[in-house]
Formats: sequence, C-alpha cells, structure tokens
Amino acid sequence: MSKLYVARNPRAAARSLDGEMMIMSSRDSTLFTLNKTATILWQSADGTTPLDEIVEKRICAEFEVAPTEALADAQTLARELAGHEILQISETPITTPKQPFGDKW
Amino acid sequence: MIELSLPQLTTEVERLSLVIEIGGMPVRVHTIDLEFLNLLQNRYAGFVSDSDGADIEFDVELQEPKAVDPDADVEVGYRSGRWSLRRGDFLAEWEPATRHGWIRQTANPYSIDAVLRIVHTLVLAHQGGFLLHSASAIRNGKAFLFAGVSEAGKTTISRLAPPDVTLLTDEISYVRRQGDEYVAFGTPFTGELAKVGENVSAPISTLYLLAKGKENRIESITPGEATRSLLSNLLFFAKDEELVQAIFHSAFDFVSRVPVARLTFVPDARVWELIG
Repeated sequence: MSKLYVARNPRAAARSLDGEMMIMSSRDSTLFTLNKTATILWQSADGTTPLDEIVEKRICAEFEVAPTEALADAQTLARELAGHEILQISETPITTPKQPFGDKW
Repeated sequence: MIELSLPQLTTEVERLSLVIEIGGMPVRVHTIDLEFLNLLQNRYAGFVSDSDGADIEFDVELQEPKAVDPDADVEVGYRSGRWSLRRGDFLAEWEPATRHGWIRQTANPYSIDAVLRIVHTLVLAHQGGFLLHSASAIRNGKAFLFAGVSEAGKTTISRLAPPDVTLLTDEISYVRRQGDEYVAFGTPFTGELAKVGENVSAPISTLYLLAKGKENRIESITPGEATRSLLSNLLFFAKDEELVQAIFHSAFDFVSRVPVARLTFVPDARVWELIG
C-alpha cells in the first residue's frame, strides 16, 4: 500500500488560542476548530513525514487507539481537510514553498 | 442662398459630485444626474464631507430599471489590478492603484450602499479593521458593540438606549485599528431602526454578544468562543485568500485587545444599567 503524505496548506489561515487550533479555509472562509487528534495531525503535517508514521509516533503514542483504526480515521480526516484546501495530500513528499501574495494596493 | 445653421454637435455635461466620508475614508461619487445627487445627499446626510481630496473616486453611470434577481449573490473578485463587484442590481469596478472606479446601477440608494459597504470591507481588511454585524454606541467616551445575528436584539438594544448614549449604528459597526486600540465609527448603514448613526468615533471598550433572556446579566466567555463568534459576525464578501487571512488574524488580534462577553437581556431599558 502506498504512503500518504500530508502538508499544511500555506494558504490556510491558522491560529492556536488557549490550546484550541482554529483554521480558516481561504477558499470558502469555512472555520474549523480542530480536536486534539486533528491538531496533532495538523501540527505534524510537514509534507515529508508519512501519515502512518505520524499516526504511529504521535497519535497512537498519546491516545489509546489501535494503529489500524487510527490510520483509517486519520486518512478520512486528512482527505476531508484537503477537500477544504486546508491540508495538501499526496502519495509523494510535498514541498510547496509559500508564495507571496501579489500587491493589490 | 439659404443659410443653414448647424445644430451644436457636442454639449457639455455638468459633472456633479459629492464626498461620502465613513470611518474617516472619503469616497467621492461623480454623477451627471442632479436628482440622484440629491438622493445621495439625503441618504448620507451627516456623512457628506466638504473634503477636497478623496481616497477613492467612483463615476456612477445610471441605467434604466430592468428585471433583476433580488436573491442574486454578491460576487467580489480581484483580477488584473482591479476589484470587480457584481450583484443583480449593480456592476462596479475599482482600481486601487489609481483609486478610481465606476458603478453601473439604477437610480436607487441601495445599490451604491452595497458597493460602499463592500469597498469599505476590502480597504479595512487590508488595514486591520472590519465591518461587523452589530449595533454600536458611545457612552462616557467609550464605544460598546452589540453583535448578533438577525433577531438577536441589535435593534432592540439600540432602541432602548438612554439619552446619554450616542448611537453609531443599529446594524453594521465600523471597526478600525488605530495604534494599539480598536476604534468604532458611526455609519449610515441602518437596520430595522432606520436611523442613521452619528458620525463620531470612540475607542472600543467591550464587544457584547447578544442573547435575549429572562434576566439581565453579563457572562465571560473563552477567547476561543469570542473569536468564533466574532468571525461568524464579520461582513466579508471577497473570495480572496490574502484578505481572508488578514481578516482572520484581525479577529484574533481584536479578541486579544478588547474584552468580549455575552450579554443576556430582557427587552427593557434596565439593561443599560450594566453598560458603561
């Protein structure tokens, strides 16, 4: 089975406030408040660490959850967040430098 | 020989204009229609400025009425150096580099009102401010905002304000970042009260999230809840990544500097005993 890589979309707006991670999709302005598991996934989504490794080392290490079940949940979550262009997912490592915005003013 | 006199081939059309200054931002509107100019002067009474300069200039081209879809969504986008604003009842463009734009609409005050709101949201987002679905008022030199969705009580609390309170708006608050503080300005944007706000400003003391209840009380809320509520009440129309990010971070900055609390109230004047 091929690896899945996840990366934070540099176009998404994200802030942590009192332990709550809030992310807004720049595409449709939808606001997400991430739970602890999703926050770990977001923080670990560096584009080069495979999702199964994130699940094993970060999620299973913190929560009592079976690796297979945790990986399935993480894949579902990653695809959902990718649908809102908050995360990027790929079967190869992701290196997307942040592009500066054009000068509108 | 018969002498023919040719009709005049060109006529000079008088170009009329007025400056509408909301939130300290003067916008000059040009028109050739005196009746429309008078309509604007009445609509924006208290916000018409005698300023010579303007941050933005719009030429208004009036069209004959045609069937429009009243439920059509606003579309706002940026392309090739221009903002494009479109709704069923108007079409407008604005070029920030030249500070100039045009509006095509029928002779009514509602279309230009929507254009002005959108333009202010764009400029404010860039400058760290925003328009908010909230009533706002000044008491003892401090501004108080009362946010909430329709029926939350914005008009009710505005109507109940005692005489020492200066109403800034009962519908859409104008919030601008100035140094380390946020300042609320009066707006002509009205809700059910249909009363234009006073054209004054004051530093914001508190943002209250309105809820109607059986008693008057103020409750603290978490910063996360405050931020979510603030974001859900912001007016923003453009699907633009840069400005969405800007307004998102402005909401967090606002919550870090301005107290936010839930205000539950019964609809009578005693609620104002808790404010100010």
